[in-house]
Amino acid sequence: MALPRITSPHAKGSNRTQQVMLQVLLASVPGVLALTWLFGAGTLLNLLWASACALGFEAAILALRQRPLGFFLKDYSALVTAVLLALALPPYSPWWLTLIATGFAIVFGKQLYGGLGQNPFNPAMLGYVVVLISFPVAMTSWPAPHTAGSLDGLQHLLGLGNLPDGWTQATALDALKTNKSLTMDELWAQSPAFGRFGGAAVEVVNLAFLAGGLYLLYKRLFTWHAPVGMLAGLALMSLLFWNGSGSDSHGSPLFHLLSGATMLGAFFIVTDPVSGATSNLGRLIFGLGVGVLVYVIRAWGGYPDGMAFAVLLMNLAAPTIDYYTRPRTYGHRKPTRGFKLGE
Amino acid sequence: MASYREIAVNGLWKNNPGLVQLLGLCPLLGVSNSVVNALGMGLATALVLACSNAAVALIRGAVTDAVRLPVFVMIIAALTTCIELLMQAFTYELHQILGIFIPLITTNCIILGRAEAFAAKNNVAHAGFDGLMMGSGFGLVMVAIGAVRELLGTGALLANMQLLFGPLAANWQVTVIPGYQGFLLAILPPGAFLVLGLLIAGKNRLDEILAARTKARQPEVPVPSRRVRVTGVIE
Repeated sequence: MALPRITSPHAKGSNRTQQVMLQVLLASVPGVLALTWLFGAGTLLNLLWASACALGFEAAILALRQRPLGFFLKDYSALVTAVLLALALPPYSPWWLTLIATGFAIVFGKQLYGGLGQNPFNPAMLGYVVVLISFPVAMTSWPAPHTAGSLDGLQHLLGLGNLPDGWTQATALDALKTNKSLTMDELWAQSPAFGRFGGAAVEVVNLAFLAGGLYLLYKRLFTWHAPVGMLAGLALMSLLFWNGSGSDSHGSPLFHLLSGATMLGAFFIVTDPVSGATSNLGRLIFGLGVGVLVYVIRAWGGYPDGMAFAVLLMNLAAPTIDYYTRPRTYGHRKPTRGFKLGE
Repeated sequence: MASYREIAVNGLWKNNPGLVQLLGLCPLLGVSNSVVNALGMGLATALVLACSNAAVALIRGAVTDAVRLPVFVMIIAALTTCIELLMQAFTYELHQILGIFIPLITTNCIILGRAEAFAAKNNVAHAGFDGLMMGSGFGLVMVAIGAVRELLGTGALLANMQLLFGPLAANWQVTVIPGYQGFLLAILPPGAFLVLGLLIAGKNRLDEILAARTKARQPEVPVPSRRVRVTGVIE
Protein backbone atom coordinates (compact mmCIF):
# COMPACT_ATOMS: atom_id res chain seq x y z
CA MET A 1 0.00 0.00 0.00
CA ALA A 2 1.42 3.36 -0.96
CA LEU A 3 1.05 5.89 1.74
CA PRO A 4 0.86 9.50 0.65
CA ARG A 5 3.75 11.41 2.03
CA ILE A 6 2.54 14.58 3.71
CA THR A 7 5.01 16.87 5.34
CA SER A 8 4.42 18.73 8.56
CA PRO A 9 2.67 20.81 9.87
CA HIS A 10 -0.27 18.45 10.07
CA ALA A 11 -2.64 20.73 11.99
CA LYS A 12 -5.07 22.54 9.75
CA GLY A 13 -4.57 26.18 10.64
CA SER A 14 -7.27 28.77 10.46
CA ASN A 15 -4.82 31.62 10.50
CA ARG A 16 -3.98 31.80 6.82
CA THR A 17 -4.02 35.30 5.35
CA GLN A 18 -7.06 34.55 3.24
CA GLN A 19 -9.06 33.23 6.23
CA VAL A 20 -8.05 36.17 8.43
CA MET A 21 -9.00 38.71 5.78
CA LEU A 22 -12.34 36.99 5.16
CA GLN A 23 -13.12 37.11 8.89
CA VAL A 24 -12.29 40.83 8.95
CA LEU A 25 -14.60 41.40 5.98
CA LEU A 26 -17.33 39.42 7.74
CA ALA A 27 -16.87 41.43 10.94
CA SER A 28 -17.31 44.69 9.07
CA VAL A 29 -20.81 43.68 7.93
CA PRO A 30 -22.66 45.13 10.98
CA GLY A 31 -20.92 48.47 10.49
CA VAL A 32 -21.72 48.47 6.78
CA LEU A 33 -25.37 47.68 7.49
CA ALA A 34 -25.60 50.43 10.13
CA LEU A 35 -24.01 52.98 7.82
CA THR A 36 -26.31 51.98 4.94
CA TRP A 37 -29.40 52.12 7.15
CA LEU A 38 -28.50 55.59 8.47
CA PHE A 39 -26.81 57.32 5.55
CA GLY A 40 -28.33 55.67 2.50
CA ALA A 41 -26.83 53.49 -0.18
CA GLY A 42 -23.77 55.74 -0.48
CA THR A 43 -21.68 53.46 1.70
CA LEU A 44 -22.46 50.45 -0.49
CA LEU A 45 -21.60 52.41 -3.64
CA ASN A 46 -18.35 53.56 -2.00
CA LEU A 47 -17.65 49.96 -1.10
CA LEU A 48 -18.20 48.60 -4.60
CA TRP A 49 -16.21 51.34 -6.32
CA ALA A 50 -13.35 51.24 -3.80
CA SER A 51 -13.09 47.44 -4.09
CA ALA A 52 -12.99 47.63 -7.89
CA CYS A 53 -10.31 50.34 -7.75
CA ALA A 54 -8.22 48.50 -5.16
CA LEU A 55 -8.28 45.21 -7.06
CA GLY A 56 -7.45 47.05 -10.28
CA PHE A 57 -4.49 48.89 -8.76
CA GLU A 58 -3.27 45.75 -7.00
CA ALA A 59 -3.41 43.73 -10.21
CA ALA A 60 -1.69 46.45 -12.23
CA ILE A 61 1.18 46.84 -9.74
CA LEU A 62 1.56 43.09 -9.31
CA ALA A 63 1.82 42.75 -13.08
CA LEU A 64 4.46 45.51 -13.12
CA ARG A 65 6.38 43.80 -10.33
CA GLN A 66 6.01 40.46 -12.12
CA ARG A 67 4.39 38.73 -9.17
CA PRO A 68 1.76 35.97 -9.45
CA LEU A 69 -1.57 37.76 -9.82
CA GLY A 70 -4.00 35.14 -8.61
CA PHE A 71 -2.07 34.23 -5.47
CA PHE A 72 -1.89 37.78 -4.16
CA LEU A 73 -5.35 38.88 -5.28
CA LYS A 74 -6.90 35.88 -3.56
CA ASP A 75 -5.53 36.80 -0.13
CA TYR A 76 -8.19 39.56 -0.01
CA SER A 77 -5.84 42.03 1.69
CA ALA A 78 -6.48 44.65 -0.99
CA LEU A 79 -10.19 44.11 -0.47
CA VAL A 80 -9.87 44.74 3.27
CA THR A 81 -7.97 47.97 2.60
CA ALA A 82 -10.69 49.05 0.18
CA VAL A 83 -13.48 48.22 2.64
CA LEU A 84 -11.81 50.12 5.49
CA LEU A 85 -11.29 53.12 3.22
CA ALA A 86 -14.86 53.01 1.93
CA LEU A 87 -16.18 52.97 5.48
CA ALA A 88 -13.99 55.92 6.45
CA LEU A 89 -14.80 58.12 3.44
CA PRO A 90 -18.07 60.10 3.47
CA PRO A 91 -20.94 58.21 1.79
CA TYR A 92 -21.49 59.21 -1.85
CA SER A 93 -17.91 60.47 -2.14
CA PRO A 94 -17.06 61.67 -5.66
CA TRP A 95 -15.62 58.82 -7.72
CA TRP A 96 -12.20 60.48 -8.16
CA LEU A 97 -11.83 60.91 -4.40
CA THR A 98 -12.22 57.18 -3.80
CA LEU A 99 -9.98 56.43 -6.79
CA ILE A 100 -7.13 58.61 -5.50
CA ALA A 101 -7.49 57.32 -1.93
CA THR A 102 -7.39 53.64 -2.90
CA GLY A 103 -4.65 54.31 -5.45
CA PHE A 104 -2.39 55.88 -2.85
CA ALA A 105 -3.26 53.21 -0.30
CA ILE A 106 -2.46 50.28 -2.59
CA VAL A 107 0.34 51.67 -4.75
CA PHE A 108 2.24 54.02 -2.39
CA GLY A 109 1.12 52.62 0.96
CA LYS A 110 1.56 48.95 0.26
CA GLN A 111 3.10 47.76 -3.01
CA LEU A 112 5.97 50.26 -3.27
CA TYR A 113 7.20 49.03 0.11
CA GLY A 114 7.16 45.44 -1.13
CA GLY A 115 3.56 44.31 -0.80
CA LEU A 116 1.60 42.67 1.99
CA GLY A 117 3.54 42.44 5.25
CA GLN A 118 6.21 44.97 4.28
CA ASN A 119 4.32 48.22 4.71
CA PRO A 120 5.39 50.39 7.67
CA PHE A 121 2.11 52.35 7.55
CA ASN A 122 -1.48 51.24 7.53
CA PRO A 123 -2.36 51.54 3.82
CA ALA A 124 -6.01 52.50 4.34
CA MET A 125 -5.10 55.28 6.75
CA LEU A 126 -2.37 56.52 4.41
CA GLY A 127 -4.85 56.81 1.54
CA TYR A 128 -7.35 58.47 3.85
CA VAL A 129 -4.84 61.08 5.05
CA VAL A 130 -3.75 61.88 1.49
CA VAL A 131 -7.28 62.79 0.42
CA LEU A 132 -8.06 64.45 3.77
CA ILE A 133 -5.13 66.82 3.35
CA SER A 134 -5.66 67.35 -0.36
CA PHE A 135 -9.44 67.74 -0.57
CA PRO A 136 -10.69 69.08 2.78
CA VAL A 137 -14.06 70.23 1.40
CA ALA A 138 -15.05 66.93 -0.16
CA MET A 139 -13.86 65.04 2.89
CA THR A 140 -15.97 66.98 5.38
CA SER A 141 -19.29 66.69 3.54
CA TRP A 142 -20.91 63.92 5.53
CA PRO A 143 -24.62 63.74 4.73
CA ALA A 144 -27.03 64.25 7.60
CA PRO A 145 -28.50 60.91 8.67
CA HIS A 146 -31.72 59.75 6.99
CA THR A 147 -31.78 62.65 4.53
CA ALA A 148 -29.60 61.30 1.79
CA GLY A 149 -31.56 60.91 -1.41
CA SER A 150 -30.00 58.30 -3.60
CA LEU A 151 -30.42 60.30 -6.81
CA ASP A 152 -28.69 63.43 -5.48
CA GLY A 153 -26.01 61.28 -3.94
CA LEU A 154 -25.47 59.37 -7.17
CA GLN A 155 -25.07 62.63 -9.09
CA HIS A 156 -22.50 63.79 -6.56
CA LEU A 157 -20.66 60.48 -6.81
CA LEU A 158 -20.45 60.76 -10.58
CA GLY A 159 -19.31 64.37 -10.35
CA LEU A 160 -22.35 65.66 -12.23
CA GLY A 161 -23.82 67.96 -9.62
CA ASN A 162 -23.15 69.45 -6.24
CA LEU A 163 -24.91 68.32 -3.11
CA PRO A 164 -28.18 70.12 -2.43
CA ASP A 165 -28.27 72.64 0.41
CA GLY A 166 -28.92 71.17 3.81
CA TRP A 167 -27.73 67.77 2.67
CA THR A 168 -24.56 67.84 4.67
CA GLN A 169 -24.38 68.53 8.36
CA ALA A 170 -21.59 69.20 10.80
CA THR A 171 -20.69 66.09 12.76
CA ALA A 172 -20.80 66.12 16.55
CA LEU A 173 -17.02 66.44 16.78
CA ASP A 174 -17.18 69.39 14.34
CA ALA A 175 -19.87 71.09 16.40
CA LEU A 176 -17.90 70.56 19.59
CA LYS A 177 -14.73 71.93 18.01
CA THR A 178 -16.33 75.11 16.67
CA ASN A 179 -18.37 75.68 19.84
CA LYS A 180 -17.17 78.74 21.75
CA SER A 181 -20.01 79.96 23.94
CA LEU A 182 -22.64 77.28 24.57
CA THR A 183 -22.59 74.95 27.53
CA MET A 184 -22.76 71.23 26.87
CA ASP A 185 -26.50 70.98 27.59
CA GLU A 186 -27.34 73.92 25.33
CA LEU A 187 -25.18 72.53 22.57
CA TRP A 188 -26.80 69.12 22.96
CA ALA A 189 -30.27 70.64 22.76
CA GLN A 190 -29.51 72.92 19.81
CA SER A 191 -27.39 70.96 17.42
CA PRO A 192 -28.97 68.05 15.55
CA ALA A 193 -25.52 66.49 15.32
CA PHE A 194 -25.70 65.05 18.84
CA GLY A 195 -27.43 61.80 19.65
CA ARG A 196 -28.11 60.09 22.94
CA PHE A 197 -24.50 59.59 24.04
CA GLY A 198 -22.25 60.51 21.13
CA GLY A 199 -22.78 61.86 17.65
CA ALA A 200 -26.24 61.31 16.19
CA ALA A 201 -26.37 58.13 14.13
CA VAL A 202 -22.60 57.75 14.45
CA GLU A 203 -23.11 56.24 17.90
CA VAL A 204 -25.11 53.40 16.33
CA VAL A 205 -22.38 52.91 13.73
CA ASN A 206 -19.79 52.82 16.49
CA LEU A 207 -21.77 50.19 18.39
CA ALA A 208 -22.05 48.12 15.20
CA PHE A 209 -18.29 48.25 14.72
CA LEU A 210 -17.88 47.33 18.38
CA ALA A 211 -20.00 44.23 17.77
CA GLY A 212 -17.91 43.30 14.74
CA GLY A 213 -14.73 43.89 16.70
CA LEU A 214 -15.88 41.71 19.58
CA TYR A 215 -16.59 38.94 17.08
CA LEU A 216 -13.01 39.20 15.80
CA LEU A 217 -11.74 39.15 19.38
CA TYR A 218 -13.83 36.04 20.07
CA LYS A 219 -12.38 34.43 16.95
CA ARG A 220 -8.91 35.31 18.30
CA LEU A 221 -7.82 37.15 15.21
CA PHE A 222 -6.01 39.56 17.47
CA THR A 223 -5.35 39.86 21.19
CA TRP A 224 -7.20 42.33 23.36
CA HIS A 225 -4.14 44.50 23.99
CA ALA A 226 -4.24 46.98 21.12
CA PRO A 227 -7.99 47.82 21.15
CA VAL A 228 -8.17 47.94 24.94
CA GLY A 229 -5.08 50.14 25.05
CA MET A 230 -6.57 52.49 22.47
CA LEU A 231 -9.98 52.76 24.15
CA ALA A 232 -8.36 53.13 27.57
CA GLY A 233 -6.06 55.89 26.33
CA LEU A 234 -8.97 57.79 24.82
CA ALA A 235 -11.22 57.29 27.86
CA LEU A 236 -8.47 58.25 30.30
CA MET A 237 -7.58 61.43 28.45
CA SER A 238 -11.19 62.49 28.05
CA LEU A 239 -11.83 61.78 31.74
CA LEU A 240 -8.81 63.85 32.78
CA PHE A 241 -9.73 66.82 30.58
CA TRP A 242 -13.51 66.47 30.76
CA ASN A 243 -14.12 69.76 32.55
CA GLY A 244 -17.82 69.09 33.16
CA SER A 245 -20.47 70.72 31.04
CA GLY A 246 -18.92 74.16 30.60
CA SER A 247 -18.55 75.77 27.18
CA ASP A 248 -14.83 74.93 27.15
CA SER A 249 -15.48 71.25 27.79
CA HIS A 250 -14.13 68.70 25.33
CA GLY A 251 -16.92 66.19 25.92
CA SER A 252 -17.37 63.21 28.21
CA PRO A 253 -15.49 59.90 27.90
CA LEU A 254 -18.66 58.18 26.68
CA PHE A 255 -19.11 60.84 24.01
CA HIS A 256 -15.58 60.27 22.74
CA LEU A 257 -15.92 56.50 22.77
CA LEU A 258 -19.08 56.68 20.65
CA SER A 259 -18.16 59.47 18.22
CA GLY A 260 -16.15 59.71 15.06
CA ALA A 261 -14.08 56.73 14.03
CA THR A 262 -13.34 55.43 17.55
CA MET A 263 -14.63 51.86 17.30
CA LEU A 264 -13.67 51.40 13.64
CA GLY A 265 -10.18 52.49 14.60
CA ALA A 266 -9.94 50.46 17.80
CA PHE A 267 -10.91 47.12 16.29
CA PHE A 268 -10.11 47.36 12.57
CA ILE A 269 -7.20 49.80 12.25
CA VAL A 270 -5.13 49.67 15.44
CA THR A 271 -5.14 45.85 15.31
CA ASP A 272 -3.29 45.77 11.97
CA PRO A 273 -0.63 43.09 12.57
CA VAL A 274 1.78 44.49 9.99
CA SER A 275 2.16 48.16 10.84
CA GLY A 276 1.57 47.89 14.60
CA ALA A 277 3.79 46.67 17.41
CA THR A 278 4.57 42.95 17.76
CA SER A 279 4.63 41.91 21.40
CA ASN A 280 1.60 42.02 23.70
CA LEU A 281 3.03 44.78 25.88
CA GLY A 282 4.06 46.61 22.73
CA ARG A 283 0.52 46.39 21.38
CA LEU A 284 -0.85 47.79 24.61
CA ILE A 285 1.54 50.76 24.42
CA PHE A 286 0.81 51.19 20.72
CA GLY A 287 -2.95 51.31 21.36
CA LEU A 288 -2.51 53.61 24.32
CA GLY A 289 -0.49 56.01 22.18
CA VAL A 290 -3.13 56.01 19.45
CA GLY A 291 -5.88 56.71 22.00
CA VAL A 292 -4.00 59.59 23.60
CA LEU A 293 -3.11 61.09 20.22
CA VAL A 294 -6.71 60.81 18.97
CA TYR A 295 -7.86 62.78 21.98
CA VAL A 296 -5.09 65.36 21.64
CA ILE A 297 -6.00 65.96 17.99
CA ARG A 298 -9.74 66.06 18.72
CA ALA A 299 -9.38 68.46 21.64
CA TRP A 300 -6.53 70.75 20.62
CA GLY A 301 -5.62 69.87 17.03
CA GLY A 302 -6.71 71.38 13.74
CA TYR A 303 -8.95 68.50 12.68
CA PRO A 304 -12.22 67.34 14.31
CA ASP A 305 -11.16 63.68 14.32
CA GLY A 306 -7.63 62.36 14.41
CA MET A 307 -7.79 58.59 14.05
CA ALA A 308 -5.82 58.42 10.81
CA PHE A 309 -3.12 60.84 11.94
CA ALA A 310 -2.79 59.12 15.30
CA VAL A 311 -2.41 55.69 13.69
CA LEU A 312 0.21 56.92 11.20
CA LEU A 313 2.19 58.64 13.97
CA MET A 314 2.16 55.51 16.09
CA ASN A 315 3.11 53.40 13.04
CA LEU A 316 6.25 55.53 12.94
CA ALA A 317 6.85 54.74 16.62
CA ALA A 318 6.14 50.99 16.31
CA PRO A 319 9.77 49.88 15.63
CA THR A 320 10.94 51.83 18.70
CA ILE A 321 8.18 50.27 20.82
CA ASP A 322 9.22 46.83 19.56
CA TYR A 323 12.83 47.59 20.44
CA TYR A 324 12.01 48.33 24.07
CA THR A 325 9.30 45.71 24.65
CA ARG A 326 11.08 42.64 23.46
CA PRO A 327 9.71 39.69 25.45
CA ARG A 328 11.95 37.43 27.50
CA THR A 329 13.27 34.58 25.43
CA TYR A 330 12.55 31.15 26.90
CA GLY A 331 15.61 29.97 28.79
CA HIS A 332 16.96 33.45 29.37
CA ARG A 333 16.46 35.38 32.55
CA LYS A 334 16.46 38.89 31.22
CA PRO A 335 14.80 40.14 28.05
CA THR A 336 17.36 40.99 25.40
CA ARG A 337 17.14 44.58 24.43
CA GLY A 338 17.16 45.18 20.70
CA PHE A 339 18.08 42.80 17.92
CA LYS A 340 21.38 41.09 17.47
CA LEU A 341 22.78 40.61 14.01
CA GLY A 342 23.02 37.05 12.83
CA GLU A 343 20.39 35.81 15.25
CA MET B 1 41.86 65.00 -17.34
CA ALA B 2 38.21 64.71 -18.24
CA SER B 3 36.96 66.10 -21.51
CA TYR B 4 34.30 68.80 -21.62
CA ARG B 5 31.86 66.31 -23.07
CA GLU B 6 32.41 63.93 -20.17
CA ILE B 7 31.98 66.76 -17.66
CA ALA B 8 28.70 67.78 -19.27
CA VAL B 9 27.33 64.22 -19.35
CA ASN B 10 28.40 63.74 -15.74
CA GLY B 11 26.73 66.89 -14.48
CA LEU B 12 23.54 66.70 -16.47
CA TRP B 13 22.80 62.98 -16.35
CA LYS B 14 25.24 60.34 -15.14
CA ASN B 15 26.22 61.97 -11.87
CA ASN B 16 23.35 64.43 -11.57
CA PRO B 17 23.44 66.06 -8.11
CA GLY B 18 19.65 65.96 -7.73
CA LEU B 19 18.85 62.48 -9.06
CA VAL B 20 22.00 60.44 -8.43
CA GLN B 21 24.12 62.08 -5.74
CA LEU B 22 21.01 63.26 -3.86
CA LEU B 23 22.87 66.29 -2.57
CA GLY B 24 21.29 69.61 -1.73
CA LEU B 25 17.94 68.00 -0.92
CA CYS B 26 16.95 70.85 1.37
CA PRO B 27 16.35 73.46 -1.37
CA LEU B 28 15.42 70.73 -3.86
CA LEU B 29 12.45 69.70 -1.73
CA GLY B 30 11.85 72.95 0.07
CA VAL B 31 11.25 75.51 -2.67
CA SER B 32 10.33 73.38 -5.68
CA ASN B 33 6.59 74.03 -5.36
CA SER B 34 6.33 76.14 -8.52
CA VAL B 35 8.33 76.64 -11.70
CA VAL B 36 9.30 80.22 -10.87
CA ASN B 37 10.61 79.35 -7.38
CA ALA B 38 12.50 76.34 -8.72
CA LEU B 39 14.00 78.29 -11.62
CA GLY B 40 15.07 81.18 -9.39
CA MET B 41 16.68 78.87 -6.88
CA GLY B 42 18.28 76.72 -9.61
CA LEU B 43 19.81 79.74 -11.35
CA ALA B 44 21.18 81.14 -8.10
CA THR B 45 22.70 77.78 -7.13
CA ALA B 46 24.20 77.20 -10.57
CA LEU B 47 25.78 80.66 -10.62
CA VAL B 48 27.32 80.25 -7.17
CA LEU B 49 28.52 76.76 -8.08
CA ALA B 50 30.20 77.82 -11.32
CA CYS B 51 31.91 80.84 -9.74
CA SER B 52 33.00 79.00 -6.59
CA ASN B 53 34.43 76.11 -8.62
CA ALA B 54 36.43 78.53 -10.77
CA ALA B 55 37.66 80.46 -7.73
CA VAL B 56 38.65 77.32 -5.85
CA ALA B 57 40.54 76.01 -8.89
CA LEU B 58 42.31 79.36 -9.18
CA ILE B 59 43.73 79.30 -5.65
CA ARG B 60 44.19 75.54 -5.35
CA GLY B 61 47.97 75.79 -5.45
CA ALA B 62 48.12 78.34 -2.63
CA VAL B 63 45.79 76.62 -0.14
CA THR B 64 47.21 73.89 2.05
CA ASP B 65 45.19 70.82 2.90
CA ALA B 66 44.83 71.82 6.55
CA VAL B 67 42.92 75.05 5.91
CA ARG B 68 41.15 74.15 2.68
CA LEU B 69 37.64 73.71 4.10
CA PRO B 70 37.40 77.10 5.87
CA VAL B 71 38.79 78.78 2.77
CA PHE B 72 36.28 77.02 0.47
CA VAL B 73 33.39 77.92 2.74
CA MET B 74 34.48 81.57 2.87
CA ILE B 75 34.62 81.72 -0.92
CA ILE B 76 31.18 80.14 -1.22
CA ALA B 77 29.71 82.39 1.46
CA ALA B 78 31.08 85.50 -0.25
CA LEU B 79 29.59 84.42 -3.60
CA THR B 80 26.26 83.59 -1.96
CA THR B 81 26.17 87.05 -0.43
CA CYS B 82 26.77 88.54 -3.88
CA ILE B 83 23.88 86.54 -5.33
CA GLU B 84 21.64 87.50 -2.45
CA LEU B 85 22.39 91.20 -2.93
CA LEU B 86 21.79 90.88 -6.66
CA MET B 87 18.46 89.19 -6.06
CA GLN B 88 17.46 91.87 -3.58
CA ALA B 89 18.27 94.48 -6.20
CA PHE B 90 16.57 92.93 -9.23
CA THR B 91 14.06 90.27 -8.11
CA TYR B 92 13.08 91.51 -4.68
CA GLU B 93 9.73 89.67 -4.44
CA LEU B 94 11.24 86.34 -5.44
CA HIS B 95 13.98 86.93 -2.88
CA GLN B 96 11.29 87.40 -0.23
CA ILE B 97 9.54 84.16 -1.29
CA LEU B 98 12.72 82.06 -1.31
CA GLY B 99 13.69 83.60 2.03
CA ILE B 100 16.17 81.60 4.11
CA PHE B 101 16.94 79.21 1.25
CA ILE B 102 19.11 81.85 -0.49
CA PRO B 103 21.64 82.28 2.37
CA LEU B 104 21.49 78.51 2.84
CA ILE B 105 23.14 78.06 -0.58
CA THR B 106 26.36 78.47 1.41
CA THR B 107 25.79 75.17 3.16
CA ASN B 108 24.56 73.34 0.06
CA CYS B 109 26.53 70.09 -0.06
CA ILE B 110 26.78 70.10 -3.84
CA ILE B 111 28.89 73.25 -3.84
CA LEU B 112 31.35 72.20 -1.15
CA GLY B 113 31.34 68.68 -2.61
CA ARG B 114 32.32 69.85 -6.09
CA ALA B 115 34.93 72.24 -4.68
CA GLU B 116 36.51 69.39 -2.76
CA ALA B 117 36.10 66.59 -5.30
CA PHE B 118 36.68 68.38 -8.59
CA ALA B 119 37.74 72.02 -8.42
CA ALA B 120 40.64 71.41 -6.02
CA LYS B 121 42.18 68.96 -8.52
CA ASN B 122 41.49 70.55 -11.91
CA ASN B 123 42.27 73.73 -13.83
CA VAL B 124 40.07 76.81 -13.86
CA ALA B 125 38.33 76.21 -17.18
CA HIS B 126 37.41 72.62 -16.41
CA ALA B 127 36.35 73.43 -12.86
CA GLY B 128 34.17 76.34 -13.92
CA PHE B 129 32.54 74.25 -16.64
CA ASP B 130 31.95 71.42 -14.16
CA GLY B 131 30.29 73.86 -11.77
CA LEU B 132 28.08 75.16 -14.56
CA MET B 133 27.04 71.63 -15.64
CA MET B 134 26.44 70.38 -12.10
CA GLY B 135 24.46 73.53 -11.35
CA SER B 136 22.44 73.14 -14.54
CA GLY B 137 21.74 69.50 -13.75
CA PHE B 138 20.52 70.48 -10.31
CA GLY B 139 18.47 73.36 -11.69
CA LEU B 140 16.85 71.19 -14.37
CA VAL B 141 15.79 68.57 -11.83
CA MET B 142 14.43 71.34 -9.65
CA VAL B 143 12.44 72.87 -12.50
CA ALA B 144 11.10 69.44 -13.45
CA ILE B 145 9.91 68.82 -9.88
CA GLY B 146 8.52 72.36 -9.71
CA ALA B 147 6.60 71.91 -12.97
CA VAL B 148 5.05 68.59 -11.90
CA ARG B 149 4.10 69.93 -8.49
CA GLU B 150 2.64 73.15 -9.89
CA LEU B 151 0.67 71.25 -12.53
CA LEU B 152 -0.72 68.70 -10.06
CA GLY B 153 -1.31 71.25 -7.35
CA THR B 154 -2.92 74.08 -9.26
CA GLY B 155 -3.62 72.81 -12.77
CA ALA B 156 -1.54 75.62 -14.30
CA LEU B 157 2.08 76.16 -15.34
CA LEU B 158 4.48 79.12 -15.34
CA ALA B 159 2.42 81.23 -12.96
CA ASN B 160 3.99 84.42 -11.54
CA MET B 161 6.91 84.37 -13.97
CA GLN B 162 7.03 88.18 -13.69
CA LEU B 163 8.87 87.70 -10.41
CA LEU B 164 11.89 86.54 -12.37
CA PHE B 165 11.55 87.99 -15.88
CA GLY B 166 9.88 91.35 -15.29
CA PRO B 167 6.32 92.54 -15.94
CA LEU B 168 6.27 91.30 -19.55
CA ALA B 169 6.23 87.70 -18.31
CA ALA B 170 3.06 88.18 -16.29
CA ASN B 171 0.88 86.58 -18.99
CA TRP B 172 3.06 83.50 -19.51
CA GLN B 173 0.78 81.45 -17.30
CA VAL B 174 -0.70 78.43 -19.07
CA THR B 175 -3.86 76.95 -17.58
CA VAL B 176 -3.52 73.32 -18.57
CA ILE B 177 -6.63 71.99 -16.85
CA PRO B 178 -9.43 74.56 -16.61
CA GLY B 179 -11.71 74.29 -13.58
CA TYR B 180 -9.19 72.18 -11.70
CA GLN B 181 -9.88 71.87 -7.99
CA GLY B 182 -6.28 71.55 -6.94
CA PHE B 183 -4.43 68.61 -5.39
CA LEU B 184 -3.04 70.21 -2.26
CA LEU B 185 -0.68 67.36 -1.40
CA ALA B 186 1.50 68.10 -4.43
CA ILE B 187 2.17 71.64 -3.18
CA LEU B 188 2.88 70.47 0.37
CA PRO B 189 6.28 68.93 1.35
CA PRO B 190 5.17 65.27 0.90
CA GLY B 191 4.50 66.06 -2.75
CA ALA B 192 8.17 66.99 -3.20
CA PHE B 193 9.33 63.65 -1.80
CA LEU B 194 6.87 61.70 -3.95
CA VAL B 195 7.75 63.54 -7.17
CA LEU B 196 11.51 63.27 -6.53
CA GLY B 197 11.15 59.55 -5.82
CA LEU B 198 9.20 59.00 -9.01
CA LEU B 199 11.75 61.01 -11.04
CA ILE B 200 14.63 58.93 -9.62
CA ALA B 201 12.73 55.73 -10.41
CA GLY B 202 12.07 56.98 -13.95
CA LYS B 203 15.74 57.83 -14.49
CA ASN B 204 16.92 54.44 -13.22
CA ARG B 205 14.43 52.65 -15.47
CA LEU B 206 15.54 54.72 -18.46
CA ASP B 207 19.18 53.88 -17.69
CA GLU B 208 18.30 50.19 -17.49
CA ILE B 209 16.55 50.27 -20.86
CA LEU B 210 19.46 52.15 -22.45
CA ALA B 211 22.00 49.71 -20.99
CA ALA B 212 20.01 46.74 -22.27
CA ARG B 213 19.82 48.31 -25.71
CA THR B 214 23.57 48.97 -25.97
CA LYS B 215 24.24 45.46 -24.74
CA ALA B 216 21.94 44.01 -27.38
CA ARG B 217 23.64 46.07 -30.08
CA GLN B 218 27.11 44.78 -29.25
CA PRO B 219 28.20 41.77 -31.30
CA GLU B 220 28.10 38.44 -29.53
CA VAL B 221 31.50 37.59 -28.08
CA PRO B 222 32.39 34.01 -29.05
CA VAL B 223 32.83 31.85 -25.96
CA PRO B 224 36.27 30.22 -25.99
CA SER B 225 36.61 26.49 -25.45
CA ARG B 226 35.84 25.49 -21.91
CA ARG B 227 38.27 23.82 -19.58
CA VAL B 228 37.26 21.89 -16.53
CA ARG B 229 39.65 23.63 -14.23
CA VAL B 230 40.17 27.30 -14.68
CA THR B 231 43.13 28.84 -12.94
CA GLY B 232 43.39 32.12 -14.75
CA VAL B 233 41.91 34.27 -17.43
CA ILE B 234 41.62 32.45 -20.73
CA GLU B 235 42.79 34.67 -23.54
